[in-house]
Amino acid sequence: MTLLLNIALDGIAYGMILFLVAVGLSVTMGLMRVVNLAHGGFALMGGALAHWAGADLGLGFWPALACAILGTVALALPLERLVYRRIYGFGELQQVLATIGLTFIVIAAVNRWQGSALLPVPLPETLSRTVDLGFRTLPAHRIAVILCGLGVILGLWLLLDRTRFGIRLRAAVDNRAIASAHGIVTDRIYMATFGLGAALAALGGVLGAELLPVDAYYPLRYMVLFLMVVAVGGMGSVTGSFAAALGLGITETAARYLVPDMATFAFYGIVILVLALRPQGLMGRIA
Amino acid sequence: MKRALPFILLLAGTAAMYLLMPYNLAFATRILVMGIFVLSIDLVLGFAGIATLGQAAMYGAGAYAAALFAAHAWAEPVAGLAVGAAAGAVVALLSGLVLMRASGLTLIMLTIAVAALLAETANRARDLTGGADGLRVAFGPVLGLWEFDFIGQTGFCYAAAVGACVLGLLALVARSPFGLSLRGLQSSPARMAAIGAPVYPRRVAAYTLGGAIAGIAGALSAQVAGLVSLETFSFTLSAEALVMLILGGTGRLWGALLGTVLFMFAHHYAAAADPFNWLFAIGALVMVVVFVLPGGLLSLPGALKGGRHD
Repeated sequence: MTLLLNIALDGIAYGMILFLVAVGLSVTMGLMRVVNLAHGGFALMGGALAHWAGADLGLGFWPALACAILGTVALALPLERLVYRRIYGFGELQQVLATIGLTFIVIAAVNRWQGSALLPVPLPETLSRTVDLGFRTLPAHRIAVILCGLGVILGLWLLLDRTRFGIRLRAAVDNRAIASAHGIVTDRIYMATFGLGAALAALGGVLGAELLPVDAYYPLRYMVLFLMVVAVGGMGSVTGSFAAALGLGITETAARYLVPDMATFAFYGIVILVLALRPQGLMGRIA
Repeated sequence: MKRALPFILLLAGTAAMYLLMPYNLAFATRILVMGIFVLSIDLVLGFAGIATLGQAAMYGAGAYAAALFAAHAWAEPVAGLAVGAAAGAVVALLSGLVLMRASGLTLIMLTIAVAALLAETANRARDLTGGADGLRVAFGPVLGLWEFDFIGQTGFCYAAAVGACVLGLLALVARSPFGLSLRGLQSSPARMAAIGAPVYPRRVAAYTLGGAIAGIAGALSAQVAGLVSLETFSFTLSAEALVMLILGGTGRLWGALLGTVLFMFAHHYAAAADPFNWLFAIGALVMVVVFVLPGGLLSLPGALKGGRHD
């Protein structure tokens, strides 16, 4: 029983971290249909900015987090204007290549700026404690991540399903020409959505750093992980990414507890199984 | 004469590498091996239009198969190449039966997942593969005649001969009805299906042939280096090879070779100076090619003449 609880708890915590680092990609790739391999690059920007603000400027954790998110958005918006706007119309392979190129440039730039060592963000007192749950203890940081993940999925659902912006975005993604003919300024919608994706990437990069440590090669190391979560979840579905992240997180954690040697097999096995049976992903719509 | 020109250039280039860098033959050999690998991606992606980021799965399978075959059965390299090709073909066939039903992003993800799965398998099967430490194997003389020597002369000539065979084979395939039908599949699977071409079997066949060639490249790399590591399965290898192909130009055998040579030389000299500037340079170069010159460097003369590049 305790074992099951442990698996559930750790699995959910790990799944939430997966969701947090991948949700930004779910927005840019899932909603905007651009195969954004540079997603990890934006998470790295966030991590590097947070490290710089926390360690070099001596700011606290929360101001550093804010600095990371705002700084990443400030860098992402011009990039959208100059680079991504031209990528939207490309085929998948060209999108992959262009964003890989961009990733290389981000890695080189961050390395030039901060070096190739780990870029830790010091946690505040409240998050570095452990919390006693009765049958075991859990770092407060994990609980914060779980709550944050729930907050993000709720916020995104409200934003996409319940606001005028969400309606316009879905219209622009479904058929850009018609949406534009209805007077929706699709350029601005795309820019705002891309900024949102970058902000979420930075948030995930900083909050997930406990489990997926940030250094200059971060984007390449975890690129496949992000992509898998979104691909399994299904294009065009943030809820799908949420389900995929939790499912993959719990599967891998369960395998780690029960058959430690098979954990990675379990992860990729599930990915291949799901994609072979449902090429559009768990909750993806057939394009 | 015009048709023969690339062959003459290639022969001259290979001879020049042999003569001009006698103490750097290991590097020259790596270029040849990489050239074969990039050619295999060109067949799969450039001809048949199958987007892949996991070609390293077959490269690694070929490398490990050749090394294990040499360690436990027979150390003769040419037999090892055949084993490597078979291993690559089997991996490509088995995964291709599932993968070729998918397309677009799902296909790219699946190819990555297969390579990752094989890398993890090789990592876990430590008793057989040496895991993260790699597998060191001594190979016997090529065809029982030529020992691998310290400077790498045998390795270079051997790799050049294998490369020539692969290139010849692919040049034949490119002109065959099979090669033409692959080009058709790339342009429009729906129309190919409408004229009665078996789309799915053709894609599987192309993927399997590409896998066999990638397996040969992997086996060759194992033999000339005497070492196989988990890196042979890495995503980075697949991605770098793809970048080489795009630089040169997809769908043309010469493009694959040109891209490989440029990338490898740039990498060798720039990375020795400063690895991160190198990453910056290659990132910028890829973006320039994707945005400005979608046909790769090989389409540059046509683009300059004002012609349409395809």
